[in-house]
Amino acid sequence: MTADREQQVLDRIDRARRRRPRIREERITMSHGAGGKATQTLIEAVFLEAFRNPLLEPLEDAAQLLLGGSRVALTTDSYVVKPLFFPGGDIGDLAVNGTVNDLSVSGATPLFLSAGFILEEGFGVADLNRVAESMRDAAAAAGVRIVTGDTKVVERGKADGCYINTAGVGLIERDVSLGVARAQPGDAIIVSGPIGDHGITIMLARGELDIEADICSDTAPLNGLVAGLLDAVPDVRAMRDATRGGVATILNEIAKAANVGVLVSEDEIPVRAEVRGASELLGIDPMYVACEGRLVAVVPGGEADRAVAALRAHPLGTRAAVIGHVRDEQPGIVQLKTSFGGTRIVDLLVGDPLPRIC
Amino acid sequence: MCLGIPGEVIELHPEQPDLAKVDVSGVRRLVNIGLLSDDPPVPGEWVLIHVGFALSKIDEREAAAAMEFLEGIGQAYEDEIAALRESVIE
Amino acid sequence: MRFVDEFRDADKAHALAAKIAALCEPGRQYKLMEVCGGHTHTIYKHGLEDYLPESITLVHGPGCPVCVIPMGRVDDAIHLASQPDVIMTSFGDMMRVPGSGGSFFDANAEGTNIRMVYSPLDSLKIARQNPDKQVVFMAIGFETTAPSTAMTMLRAAREGLTNFSVFCNHVTIIPAIKAILDSPDLRLDGFIGPGHVSTVIGCRPYEFIARDYGKPVVVAGFEPLDILQSIYMLMVQLSQGRSEIENQYSRVVPWDGNLTALKAIGETMELRPYFEWRGLGFISHSALKVREQYAAMDAELLFQVPGVRVADPKACQCGEVLKGVLKPWECKVFGTACTPETPIGTCMVSPEGACAAYYNFGRMNRNRVPEAARVGRS
Repeated sequence: MTADREQQVLDRIDRARRRRPRIREERITMSHGAGGKATQTLIEAVFLEAFRNPLLEPLEDAAQLLLGGSRVALTTDSYVVKPLFFPGGDIGDLAVNGTVNDLSVSGATPLFLSAGFILEEGFGVADLNRVAESMRDAAAAAGVRIVTGDTKVVERGKADGCYINTAGVGLIERDVSLGVARAQPGDAIIVSGPIGDHGITIMLARGELDIEADICSDTAPLNGLVAGLLDAVPDVRAMRDATRGGVATILNEIAKAANVGVLVSEDEIPVRAEVRGASELLGIDPMYVACEGRLVAVVPGGEADRAVAALRAHPLGTRAAVIGHVRDEQPGIVQLKTSFGGTRIVDLLVGDPLPRIC
Repeated sequence: MCLGIPGEVIELHPEQPDLAKVDVSGVRRLVNIGLLSDDPPVPGEWVLIHVGFALSKIDEREAAAAMEFLEGIGQAYEDEIAALRESVIE
Repeated sequence: MRFVDEFRDADKAHALAAKIAALCEPGRQYKLMEVCGGHTHTIYKHGLEDYLPESITLVHGPGCPVCVIPMGRVDDAIHLASQPDVIMTSFGDMMRVPGSGGSFFDANAEGTNIRMVYSPLDSLKIARQNPDKQVVFMAIGFETTAPSTAMTMLRAAREGLTNFSVFCNHVTIIPAIKAILDSPDLRLDGFIGPGHVSTVIGCRPYEFIARDYGKPVVVAGFEPLDILQSIYMLMVQLSQGRSEIENQYSRVVPWDGNLTALKAIGETMELRPYFEWRGLGFISHSALKVREQYAAMDAELLFQVPGVRVADPKACQCGEVLKGVLKPWECKVFGTACTPETPIGTCMVSPEGACAAYYNFGRMNRNRVPEAARVGRS
């Protein structure tokens, strides 16, 4: 019977997907940097292979370490955004907030950052001052201090003006053990606000698309928001900072790490009208578009209301919403109930979401 | 095969007659309306946008007619369901 | 969003599902082809098949202008992009399509400068900003997109731009539909007609399908209710034994098409005697090339293009999928050797290729709505 044959094929595909990833390309392409399948394959096939150790394997936003009796979170991120200055912030804001957020969603209180700069010959000192001032202000707002750093200069034509790497360290003082592998059927999945603002802002700010809109980046430090959430719901199972790859990528990470199914509802996912308009115009799905000030939280089903209330009580979480649930059926797969009432899969993209004409 | 999005014409370009600023859900872009030169759109009218060009005007009457048909079906369906529900109660 | 949200209303969908189910003759199977890749994408993206009974099968057609580009043409494009001082501009859809040596992304990793654009007009901007470079626009698409390329060429001519040219891969829809109709492997009951192509060519070109082949065609919009309503209209025709051309998308599609657009195409382009379509082979008068008067903008004349015919990989069954003979999951390499990450054929790479749509959106057990589930199996 046809349905059985189809099921056999689907099972075969499922087994193929679980096989160990291998890099087939000989050269790095832009897809490898997009946060989707190509990035994951790269990380697993190259870096995990080379560095393999139990502290690295969870591949969470920050590593959780035991250091002299204290639980410490350590994370690093590099910022290569173009353009450097955009509505809502600049590369300096991202560099501080991004690292602060990776620490926060690991349950740590962010404390100290390092900042490494790679500067292009010819880059304006005035622009560099702007970036440094943004970082100063962002650090102050987040309550962290930048305590060490490095500077390199490369020839004209490299580094797009300025690349920044920040590493961050924080103390995990709460009795929490966060990780996407802890997700269980019945858990609720919550997003802290409208998705896609940052990625669309950047796409439009590049100026190539000639689109004007009142959209700005959502870059923000989430440590206060996270603290409020953990105070109200200590049993949070996992939190993730929704950056490159968007919310869809995190949902897939949950499904894969915990080997559970995920079902979300299109109607419940908050998206600003302008972000939706720009996405429709370009043929891009906001679920894959980067945010820089949003978190996705997995909480026990019974705590969902309390979690949402705690998030909404904070200025950065006023539009927090439950977008779906974790379930037993179809483990490893993320499904979406569309506004139209049908269902479809939400898979990882290979690379960046690309504007399409068709 | 074709990503075409409806947008509302906001204003015509003062200097270039084949360009118009179009709004899609709060997002604005200059769109080339040269393909509609026989009957150029005016602000307030809606057009179908594809790769930066307006391919066609959206006929509001036809859209309303389409909606009416769908609503009619929807209403008939609801009436049927209601009738079904009532008839079940013996 | 106006003219979008109303056509995504779930309540009306349930009503239509009931009506469609009611029109299914017990014991009869229906095969309807949606020609257009954009329709395939919508069907899967919104989970539309949940609203259809099992007796209706949607067959995905060849209306994916990216999917039908043979590997050799991708190689030709990369060859063009590799020429000194060339900037190639391309729509996003093409960036990951594999040629025999890799995709546009891979070529960029090797040093070409292939840039993504949203509109062909963006190529002119790049040409103006880079007077010392040659900008070659990779033109793809059916009649929907050809007018935009044409208008861009006319604009370039008016401005006297000398560093802009077009690598023309526009194809036409009617020969593809005819190839499907003449294909012995297929037994279709009706067509969900391409919506946006029809804004340019109108509805008349489809008349031969009803007249000579006895199959109904409903020109459909791209929102899920549009497609569902079009299926309903097809089922009504079938239940009444009619075969006519109808226009569900009348809010956008004029019956006579867009004369200005057709004139622009006619002025700048002409039909090639034949063109190779991936999976469908050589089809006569099915593709466009730049007219002699605009030779200065014809990339194939300005540069030497290898024009080598590259056979599809042996494992690739894109042709059969494009003709609707195979469902994506029936292809031997679907999902295992051929995935979006490691695509063998274009059906898997193009965002609206049937295989990509099924893999990315539809690879799951169907949860039919009650109205559709009620129709008994044959």
